[in-house]
Amino acid sequence: MEEELESGVVKKFLYINRRAPHGTVYAHEALEVVLIGAAFEQDVSLAFIDDGVFQLKKDQDTSEINTKNFSKIFAALEMYDVEKLYVERESLESRGLKEDDLSVDVKVIDSSEMKKLITDSEVIFNF
Amino acid sequence: MIFGILVNEGPYQHQASDSAYLFAKAAIDEGHTIFRVFFYHDGVNNGTRLATPPQDDRHIPNRWSELANEHNIDLVLCVAAAQRRGMVDPDEMKRNKKDADNIADKFRISGLGQLIEAGVQAERLITFGD
Amino acid sequence: MLHTVNKSPFEKNSLETCLRLIDDNSAILLIEDGVYGALKNTSISETVIDAQKITKIYVLGPDLKARGLDKSSLISNIEVIDYKGFVNLTVENEKIQNWL
Repeated sequence: MEEELESGVVKKFLYINRRAPHGTVYAHEALEVVLIGAAFEQDVSLAFIDDGVFQLKKDQDTSEINTKNFSKIFAALEMYDVEKLYVERESLESRGLKEDDLSVDVKVIDSSEMKKLITDSEVIFNF
Repeated sequence: MIFGILVNEGPYQHQASDSAYLFAKAAIDEGHTIFRVFFYHDGVNNGTRLATPPQDDRHIPNRWSELANEHNIDLVLCVAAAQRRGMVDPDEMKRNKKDADNIADKFRISGLGQLIEAGVQAERLITFGD
Repeated sequence: MLHTVNKSPFEKNSLETCLRLIDDNSAILLIEDGVYGALKNTSISETVIDAQKITKIYVLGPDLKARGLDKSSLISNIEVIDYKGFVNLTVENEKIQNWL
């Protein structure tokens, strides 16, 4: 269902993800906001900082803990025109991860670029 | 100033709902407008009609209902989060064939679009969570 | 930009991440358990004092009081404000980031 806002206002939305997946619901439910939000034609970016980088780790298999494997949704974001995914290099490296470990195409940026992304955003969602 | 408020945690477990309420009250006292308070994740549990806290403690759900009544504030529980956690209004009760509803006065259940709309229409969006 | 931090720096890395990603033209308001970040003589006090070179730090008075603390427990140059002050900060700053 396409939702339109009368005003035609476009704001820079930033979704900040700092939590690991599965141990809590925040990562999963944050993605649901992103999907619904995609229909509102705002200027959307996603930032993965601290443990949030783990959300993008490849090969997640939740079959033995019986929870929903929502990580597959990241691959579908492109179809919703949500393409600006930014991962903080420091968070990635301090967790022993490389860009190659991630399941989708992202832009790895350093802390000063992440600082600028945050400062340039108009509406920031934290979960 | 027009504010949107996002509450990500349930009553009593975290201070989030208390902080959000006190902020909302202060904003109103300063003459500002609350566009919407949106409850997400366990925050939907703030909308229960069935809480019975001890007499000498604050009644978090009722406090929100009273504030909404007095100042015409839109209190919205996210439908997806509410369904997961068993927060039910009369419509949801029929739709999902439940034998009861449990939503408190002045709360309504609606979609995440209401949160996005708050982000777009409000001048400031403040989040209270864990 | 107004940054709020609501978690103790001894529990979670929210204040640490906030300080890493904060811009020069900003203010930090410590609320809820975040107020512990303003205490003097802790293992992170020096980090916070250092941050004061580029950012103004506020603490929410009601949360301080609830935790048995007052201005004398804090590092210097921290402004203690009430909820009215919190609201004013959000009005004065066009953008808000709430670190959880």
